[in-house]
Amino acid sequence: MRCYSESEEVDFAIVGTGAGGGVLAARLAEAGFSVIAFDAGPFWRPLEEFASDEREQSKLYWLQNRISGGEHPIEFGENNSGRAVGGSTVHFQMVALRWRPEWFAARSKLGYGFDWPVSWEEMWRYYAEIEDAMKISGPVNYPWGPPRGRYPYRAHEVNAAGLVLAKGAEALGVPWAPTPLATVSAPRGRSHPCVYRGFCKTGCSTNAKQSMLITFVPRAIKAGCEIRDLAMVGRIETRNGRVTELVYHRAGEWRRQRAKNIVVAGYAIETPRLLLSSASAEFPDGLANGSGLVGKYFMAHSNDAAWAVMPEEIRWYKGPPSMAVCEHWNYEDKKDFHGGYAFMSQGPLPVDFATALVANTGVFGAELREWMALYNHMGGLKIVGETDPQENNRVELSDEKDEFGLPLPKITFSYSENDKNLQQHSKKFMRSMLEAAGGSNFFDTTSTAHLMGGCRMGFSPKDSVVNALGRSWDISTLWVCDGSLFPTSGGVNPSITIAANAARIADGIKALGARGEL
Amino acid sequence: MGDEFQTPYPSYNVLDKWNSPSWNGQTRRVVAHRLNNVPDRRFFTEPEWTILSALCHRVIPQPERADPVPIAPFIDQELYEGKSHGTHYATLPPDKEAWRRGLAAIDEEARHSYQRPFADLSDSERDAIIKAVDTGEVHSSVWGDMPPREFLRKKVLRDIVRIYYAHPSAWSEIGFGGPAAPRGYLRLTMDRRDPWEAREERQAHVRGAPKP
Repeated sequence: MRCYSESEEVDFAIVGTGAGGGVLAARLAEAGFSVIAFDAGPFWRPLEEFASDEREQSKLYWLQNRISGGEHPIEFGENNSGRAVGGSTVHFQMVALRWRPEWFAARSKLGYGFDWPVSWEEMWRYYAEIEDAMKISGPVNYPWGPPRGRYPYRAHEVNAAGLVLAKGAEALGVPWAPTPLATVSAPRGRSHPCVYRGFCKTGCSTNAKQSMLITFVPRAIKAGCEIRDLAMVGRIETRNGRVTELVYHRAGEWRRQRAKNIVVAGYAIETPRLLLSSASAEFPDGLANGSGLVGKYFMAHSNDAAWAVMPEEIRWYKGPPSMAVCEHWNYEDKKDFHGGYAFMSQGPLPVDFATALVANTGVFGAELREWMALYNHMGGLKIVGETDPQENNRVELSDEKDEFGLPLPKITFSYSENDKNLQQHSKKFMRSMLEAAGGSNFFDTTSTAHLMGGCRMGFSPKDSVVNALGRSWDISTLWVCDGSLFPTSGGVNPSITIAANAARIADGIKALGARGEL
Repeated sequence: MGDEFQTPYPSYNVLDKWNSPSWNGQTRRVVAHRLNNVPDRRFFTEPEWTILSALCHRVIPQPERADPVPIAPFIDQELYEGKSHGTHYATLPPDKEAWRRGLAAIDEEARHSYQRPFADLSDSERDAIIKAVDTGEVHSSVWGDMPPREFLRKKVLRDIVRIYYAHPSAWSEIGFGGPAAPRGYLRLTMDRRDPWEAREERQAHVRGAPKP
């Protein structure tokens, strides 16, 4: 791996190596820029270092506490935040769904939320690039949205948990599909095909999962990018309206790296946190915060689920957790709420399932053990539900400090009335689907998944933190490239949209560079 | 309702796969460490420990085991080491304080309702206290502004199941395949089972859906 000295002013220093930073690092290095990508987490070697064990693998998550408030406080850590080279894609469940085209113009076309400063046609071109780079395994025909090209790899055989969804969907007369997944169904380079061990959420130990760690990070290194791991960036310094250097903590001390451009790609909590905590005499409200919007319009997905006991043995621990999907309510507008939700079959491992069970129902004692003994007969459906972008849902700095002396983030989150209507609708629908599939003994759980917004991109310095290329309106050498750019949340898992958007931003930066406008 | 529990998989022991292609070296190391190194009490005081043990005993009763899966020592270890999980709910005090205050409050609830410490109550009395904590029918001022249900569900129950269901004995009793690298599985569809998976020998018992 090429390494840069701290005194060398690199073209781009990128903070974070997940779906946003990982793609951007590779694409910018391939375009000839000098790039260092920082990550707070370690550079894991999955074949040697990942165990088949939920508890051990909590090492993949961002476990530093965040203060969680509001009417519906969000669970962080394993629920949505990675701390590793490759970011949350190291533990993501590989669901690779495109956005519905109209969502990129939600305000103009559907009457809610905000428009993205990007057309769906452009995003769809980049989806195709990302799907090819991550060798998504998907169905020949996808039932929703405009026609798309063939997925690069054939769909996986759907497991029993997915067949519960399929059976229910067919009984209710709505379409379903094998979920397009970022785990290979045939050999690719040094990746063997997926062996269906089912520990996807705790890290793939066979490298079948096409995370950033397997795809774009190696590409970045090959193109001359340095990956600097275990490096917690604490501050961005500026002078005369330009960034000058990153201040980061590594191997027990604070260090500095000079850079012409700095890209913040730390996801929807760490990105606003870093911009706010870099406040200075020059920018007293934090960097890129002329609009006052840094940290605001923060979103999660609602993640409500319906569960049932099935007469068949399901054994949902086998295979990727979500092998079948239904996007019916993303594309059907005749309903009593705006926005949409996808839902997928589920396969939580024992600790994960037991946690959801007790947190939602309070069950304990012999009854709890009996419920858990039904583990192999459980079927479940869970949504990725759109939530409204609300100004009051936000990331701020608290008075508490972390082990580096940096202010801990404080997050406030409350569902809107529309969000609640969506959740109600989904639970009712999913329960009826489980019933149609032959289930009994139903119960529901509620949670959240994914984080988005907080540094949204937009059309003007008044309505957004950055422009359509993630470039700060206030500081032209400061950029954002991750899920925090999302003006709205959409009703599907965000990873490939973050990655596609990053590839688009990379091309935009390249074009600016060619014109001498960087 | 008694504490008896019958596994549907009486002949299955996930540890039988220890030397099979389902268990790689790093998994064996991690699980062996968990089985062989039960930590000593370092965080809780002895009176707190007594309450915690009584609580664990009711949340996961294990009457059929001469040597029950240890739970309290691992909760103590996490608190002693100050291990965080990523979320500090604004409604709850920091973990260490929440646990100390919550255990003291539960003990006071027992004294209020039965004039005895929690650890001296019968099983059904302890269960009644836990249910009262869950429904918020509490009397002790020790709770302060800490919501009893949040403490019970987000700390007590959560931490206990995260330890218990990470133990191979728990994997065996629910018929979970357990560690599965590098071998994984071949038979994915309904009612199909690889030879190295648990065989269901009797119907699991259903007492009805838990109420949210």
